[in-house]
Amino acid sequence: MSYVFGAMMAVSLLYAAFSGNMSVMSEGLLDAAGGAVELLISISGMLIMWSGFMRIAKDSGLIGRLSRLSAPLLRRLYPDVDAESDTFRDISVNLSANLLGLGNAATPPGLDAMRRLKRQSGSDTATDSMVTFVLMNTASIQLIPTTVAALRKSYGSAQPFDILLCVWITSAAALTAGLISSKILCRREKWKQSYRSPSRRCASSDYSNA
Amino acid sequence: MNIFDSFVEGAKEGIQTVAFIAPSMIALLTAVGTLRASGALDALAGLIRPFAERIGFPAELVPMALLRPVSGSGATALLTGIYENCGPDSFVGRCASVAAGSTETTFYAVTMYFGAAGVKKIRHTLFSALLADFTAIVFSVLTVNLLMRN
Repeated sequence: MSYVFGAMMAVSLLYAAFSGNMSVMSEGLLDAAGGAVELLISISGMLIMWSGFMRIAKDSGLIGRLSRLSAPLLRRLYPDVDAESDTFRDISVNLSANLLGLGNAATPPGLDAMRRLKRQSGSDTATDSMVTFVLMNTASIQLIPTTVAALRKSYGSAQPFDILLCVWITSAAALTAGLISSKILCRREKWKQSYRSPSRRCASSDYSNA
Repeated sequence: MNIFDSFVEGAKEGIQTVAFIAPSMIALLTAVGTLRASGALDALAGLIRPFAERIGFPAELVPMALLRPVSGSGATALLTGIYENCGPDSFVGRCASVAAGSTETTFYAVTMYFGAAGVKKIRHTLFSALLADFTAIVFSVLTVNLLMRN
């Protein structure tokens, strides 16, 4: 983060000095800081309201219901994880909370799931299930892109939510690409290892259901 | 269950989220504002434009696409820059919105989950995650092109 921030400031300074834009830049700096605060205030209303409604959804048991709905799909994605285990429950709660855009509710069960998977494998190499799990958390599967919609609204969009269909298709395509490429790379890794030394087993098959 | 209490609890979390992102957002929005005012961002987009236009990709999207996996608030700052320059309902504005709404801060999630579990060798996770991010950028332009042309 320091690098990103430092690089942006350094490049601006150098470029402005180079192109004689110094006064415009220093004015831009002051405007931007004030603008940032205004922007935060203007989007916080919508963000706070959504967090409130999503919390109602969570407390009403929607996450539990979503978890049960997603179980058949998750069983296919995590063939190594016992569907009755705590790990499986944590994974499905993480998924459901992510779908609802509840980052705060998704992270704790997600971390628990990762720690359990690690305990099962007992090695410092990621297992197939861990890779799949992290991929599902690096992809955005949020059904309602609240922050983006709030930003669009504050910049005067006529229909801040009209991007919804495009967002769903794009998220699904991205997640699919990630998961399929991971599947292919897992297979290739296993094939290579069994080819080189049949006695050495792939890290991902080093643990059984627990 | 008490829906009012639930809402208030959630709203509290919402305020915490806002408070949590505020300092870094202010820092990065300032940096991006400075970058734009200095003219460097336009220069960068100008450099990329000929290549981007050849494959029908909006050049304004490139800086945001590059920053998105590394910094969520940095990408948001660039997103607001696009809204300001082109408008949230323009073609570029919509592509950027879809791209931002379909991706996460990849490096943050990878570091957090593997770090917490104490896993050191992450195999192809980063490759697949970045491939997903790349797919999202391509699909944001494709879907907006196909479904929202007006």
